[in-house]
Formats: sequence, C-alpha cells, structure tokens
Amino acid sequence: MTNIVIAGVGGQGSLLASKILGYLYMSKGRQVKVSEVHGMSQRGGSVVTTVRAGEVVRSPLVTPGEADMLIALERLEALRWHYMLGRGGTLVASTQTIPPMTVITGTGVYPEERPEGVWLDALECARKAGSVRAANIAALGAASAFLEFGREEWLSALDALLPEPLREVNKKALLLGAEAASEYKKGSTSTGTK
Amino acid sequence: MDKLLLGNEAVAAGLLESGCRFVSSYPGTPSTEITERAAEYGFYCEWAPNEKVALEGAVAAAVAGARAFSGMKHVGLNVAADPLFTASYTGINGGLVVAVADDPGMHSSQNEQDSRHYALAAKLPMLEPADSEECRVYTKTAFELSERFDTPVLLRLSTRVSHSRSPATRGQPQDMPLREYKKDASKYVMMPAMARARHIAAEERMKALRDYCETTPLNGITWGSERKIGVVASGIAYQTAREALGDGVSYMKLGMVYPLPAESLRRFASQVDELWVIEELDDFIEAHCRQHGIKTRGKAELSPLGEYSVPQLRRAVFGADEDTARATPPVAVPGRPPALCPGCPHRGVFYVLAKRKVTVFGDIGCYTLAAAPPLSAMDYCLCMGASVSGLHGFLKARPEAAENSVAVIGDSTFMHSGITGLLNAVYNNSPVTVLILDNSTTGMTGHQQNPATGLTLKNEPAPALDIAALCAALGVRRVCGVDPYDMKAFGVVLARELAAPEPSVIIAKRPCVLLKHVKKGAFFTLDREKCSDCGLCLKLGCPALKKGEIDGTLCAGCGLCAAVCGRSAIVGRAL
Repeated sequence: MTNIVIAGVGGQGSLLASKILGYLYMSKGRQVKVSEVHGMSQRGGSVVTTVRAGEVVRSPLVTPGEADMLIALERLEALRWHYMLGRGGTLVASTQTIPPMTVITGTGVYPEERPEGVWLDALECARKAGSVRAANIAALGAASAFLEFGREEWLSALDALLPEPLREVNKKALLLGAEAASEYKKGSTSTGTK
Repeated sequence: MDKLLLGNEAVAAGLLESGCRFVSSYPGTPSTEITERAAEYGFYCEWAPNEKVALEGAVAAAVAGARAFSGMKHVGLNVAADPLFTASYTGINGGLVVAVADDPGMHSSQNEQDSRHYALAAKLPMLEPADSEECRVYTKTAFELSERFDTPVLLRLSTRVSHSRSPATRGQPQDMPLREYKKDASKYVMMPAMARARHIAAEERMKALRDYCETTPLNGITWGSERKIGVVASGIAYQTAREALGDGVSYMKLGMVYPLPAESLRRFASQVDELWVIEELDDFIEAHCRQHGIKTRGKAELSPLGEYSVPQLRRAVFGADEDTARATPPVAVPGRPPALCPGCPHRGVFYVLAKRKVTVFGDIGCYTLAAAPPLSAMDYCLCMGASVSGLHGFLKARPEAAENSVAVIGDSTFMHSGITGLLNAVYNNSPVTVLILDNSTTGMTGHQQNPATGLTLKNEPAPALDIAALCAALGVRRVCGVDPYDMKAFGVVLARELAAPEPSVIIAKRPCVLLKHVKKGAFFTLDREKCSDCGLCLKLGCPALKKGEIDGTLCAGCGLCAAVCGRSAIVGRAL
C-alpha cells in the first residue's frame, strides 16, 4: 500500500496534485482512492488531501503515522502534517511561507522549525516555468524523484488532466521541481533544522 | 480503464445511465458536484432557489412520468422536508431519487445531523453507497426501487464518499421514455380524505420493503477467518471498519440503511460471538437491533461525534493499546482557519461593522468567515435565512437594539430563504437594517449561478432578479445600493439606515474576486519609510497583509488597506 498526503493552503492546488497522483497509480493498474477537501476550508484554510494506492484500498484516508510521503506546498503545513509520516517516510516540501490569520493578527508565531526532508523553492521553480500558479506541480516534480513513475508518465498525466493552454508551463514546472530534487539527492540542497 | 471519479461525479453518471430527465438542486457542500456534473450531460438540470423548491419540482416531474432527481446537503433536506414527507404518500410515477449528503465532522456545515432519521420519519427507503462505483450503481438501483415500490428513494452520501475519488466503470446512457401520466386525484391531491388512503398505501409499501430488505443483494456478508467478532456497517464507516479491523472479522455491509432487516441481523448476530455496529453519528442501526432484542456493542464505546478513525476503531473493538504511541498532531503549531480571500468584497463591510461595534446577525456563506478574528464581526449565525428573521425576533425582544444591529445575508442565501424573513419584518413592523452582500454568485460552494446572476446552471441567459425592486415590492421603502470597496460611503449609509425607524435594505454589490471575469487591480505596496507598524491595516484580516509587508502574489488590489492607513504608507491604484 502506498500512502501519500498532500498538504497546503486553500487555493494552492493540492486538489490537482492529488488528482494527478491518483491518475498515475490508476495507470499502473493499482486500486486508488483519493480524498479531497471542498467547501469552507478551501478559503485559505489548511487543506490536506490523501492518495492511497494498492491491491485493495478501503478507506480513502491515511492513518496518522502511516504515510510514505508528505508533499507540503507550504512550510508551516509541512510542520503541521509531519506527524502523518511513518518511519522512513519522505517529506517533500516547498519553502514558500504563507502566514495564517493567527500569525497575521499576532496571536500566533510562525515557527522557524523545519522538519527534515527534501526542501525546494517551488514558487521560484514555478516562476521560472512561467506562472506562480504552477508551484503545486513543481513540488510534485520534486516528489517524482522518489516515486515509481517515469518522466513520460508524468508528462502524459499532465496532458490528460490539464487543459491545453496550461500544459507547457506545468510541464516546465514539473521538470524544474524534479531537477531541484535530484540536486538534493546529490546532497547539495538544505535539509531541515530541528 | 475505469475512471477515478468523485462519489458525486459517479452519482451523476448513475443519473445518465438511469435515463434521468429532470434534475433540480440547490448547491451545498458536500453535494454540489452531483448537479454540476449532471449539467454536462444532455438532460434537463437546474439550480433552484432552495431545496424545497428543487424537490417540489422533482416530485412533480416524477409524477409527470420522468425519472427525476434532487441533490442536497443534510441541512438542505430540512428545508425540503415538507414535500418529502407527503411525496412519501403520493408516491411517484417516473422514478424519484433524492440524494442527501451528510457531513460528519462538519468540514463545511453548521451541524452534523444524521439524515437516516428522515428515512424512518418519512417512511422512505434509503440506500447508502460506500465508494464511487457504488454511488453509480446504487443510483441506478434507487430508480428501479422507486418505480417498483412507487416511492421516492433516498440516497445517503457523506463527505468522504462524495468527495473521495475511486475507480468507477461507466455504463451506457439510457433513454427512459416518459411514463404515461393520468389524472388521479386520489393519488396526487393530498387532502385528508385522499391522504388517509395514501397513508395506508405508504405503510403497505414499507411492509413490502421490509421483506425486500431481508433478501436484497444490497446487503451482504463477508465472512472473516474467524467468527468471534461480527461487524455491521454501511457507507464510509464500513470502509473505515474494514481498514481498521482487517480480514479476521466478519462484516455485514448494509447497502440499504432503511428499512433495516431484522431477521438477517438476528441471523448474523447468532453466527458470531460478539456483534459490533459501527456507524458514525447516531446509533440508528444499533437502536433498530436493540428494538429487536439483538445484543450489540458500538455507540456506548465509540462516539456520536464526528468521523471515526482507524486507530479509534482498533482501540474500541480490539481493546488494543497498540495505537497509543501513534503519531498525534503537533500542539504548538499556529492554526490556519479559512479566511475571507484577498480582495473579497465582503471585507470592507465587516471592517466597518466591527469598528462601529454593531451587533451582526450573520448567515450561511463565505461571509460567515467574518466571525473569525481579527474582524470578529458576527454575533449570531444559525441557518440559511436566519439573519433577517433572527434580527426581527431579537428586536421584538430588545427594541433598543435596533439602532445598532444589522442582518447580513448574501445574494444567494437571500433568495434561498431570506425573502420571507424580510417580508415578515415589514409585515410585523420591525425596523430591521438588512445588508444584502451581492457578490453575483453562490460563493462558498464554488461559484454556482443563481436567479440574480442572469445565467442558468447550463450558462444559458436567464432573467436576472432585480433584488432592489423585489425588496421594494415586499414593502421596504428604504432600499439603497453601495460599493463595498468604498468603506467611507458605506459607513455614511449604514449610520443613516440604522437611525431610520423602519425597515431598510442596503445592497452592497460587487462581484466575487475569484470569478473569472472579474478584473483584479494591480497589487499594492508598502512604503516602509512611512509605515509605523501601527497594525491598523492588519485588522482587515487580509491574507495578503502581514506586518511590514504586502504579498504581491496574493494582493487583489482592492485598496482597503490603503484606505485604513492613517500615514498613507500603502500605495497603489485602487480599483
């Protein structure tokens, strides 16, 4: 069973990221369930979606402490959902920070803590690719370095799920994210601080 | 290859494959996508102003001989309960399926009521799918049962079924010809003499359904490797239970949750050492077991609150402390509650209301988020429409509050159930001040058309309701409009209307900033030299603003922050 958790802030595109992963596992002939979040919490709230793939999948939700991978589209969300990861699980996280209202109003402090994982500037990758909206796909690109799918499979998933005008920029973002992760794998990018 | 469909999308596919001809719904999380997807197919689909109107339309379309459908969230069924209970007496002609999506855990709702009670109370069969493929298949089965037993059929969904994707196959679209319609007052005119006879018919139907539910393939047993523990479950609770308890346990999965089979349950109970009923929210199935003298464990050791988790079920059923060391969420991490979007046209209104310490009767929609800090600009929020009617009641009890109290309601919610509240306030002489926040869409559920937007569900042109003219027609003599980005003008209008000794309506009109056609302004910037860190702008509760910085990627250029800054430290060109 593969358990992936995608965490982000409403509007960052965690829904699309989970849909792409679901599509990829389906293409591999695995049974898949994806849990999404719609409605109120989408308005700038903390949004978590889950992707599960295996022989037989019952619950669409990932049990805390059993995730193989956490893809966090924002730094604080990486910290918030880190407990979902199991032993040996991989964190792929964007360094982007979006202060929540509790921090903006001064009732909370944005934590400096950064759990150990693969950190990338997904926003910068997306900017380079041509649109900051593609940061979710850049993060997914970084995750791709640790998942079982080949580059062509990723690109054809984007073809299948995105409208034509958005494909090129998202493909670029995906590849830039993947590049950032492979640099990390070589040991040149930062890990976390605790 | 099967497609990965949302449960809601799969229900829509089931409608297509059932030859459904008429869909009428009101949006509500987690039910909305059923109707949105259905609208992409060829048959007739519409958004109605509320669930009661939607269901009444669907019942009559079914009487006309069409297969008909209405989908709603759990609290929407409260609104539609009136036609529901009597449609149970009339029965149908073409099949009628009513989907109701519960929200255990209240991801996007004001309560977590258990809709299964409606099946019992209205004497209607209810099916409950547990994944997307079942959503598709059960929708088709529901139409068949509807026509076979001459009854509306309820399809119960929940957030995790509606909003999870799982593989679903696609069948052939079906063309179901209209059934013949014949005038039959004894069946379709519900006045006492006829209704008494139809009540008998409804009871007879339930008796037939009670027999049916003992043998239906919708209910089934999966034997585990042992027969120590047996579990009865349905819907998403079945999935969580199987995930948690594994294949050692035996399961009786109920696809039909009303009526419930007494004999099958009794037989299953006798074949296992211990029977557990695992159901979220109320002990609906368990109460039925108790009534029939079947000994169960379940609710007493679990909870009537929220969704069940895998560790929670393992602890309860296996008594396992294996999970006590399991990961738990961090405590010290600041929360991230949802907030009004940058550029939201509601923000300025609530900023002014908060600043003036006005008592605010809120309503259901994005603007309910203004209840959260830092705006904290809401005193009351109950249900759809209760802002206007609530303010009226409050003022009758405390007349002196009129000079500093308002009702705030969105355009879609006003049409849903605010109109009658306003009519009541006028009729019964309440000096209410009502703010209609008209953002030209149904926002919170993801931008659906409504009777004031000028477009239908299928994006075809429609007459757009003139809200001001409607209010005038209700007898409100003081109706005015204001741009909610202009806080100064709004403040003046607000003071004037609060002072007025009669009902008044202020329509704050500006489209939702997330709508595709809405042009955003260029982002504003902060002049660090001039900024004194006073924090005044932060009281707007804008996600794009933080101390000493404006996030240019989030800023929508509404200019409210520049308007509140006393030092002209925020610069840009307001829209």
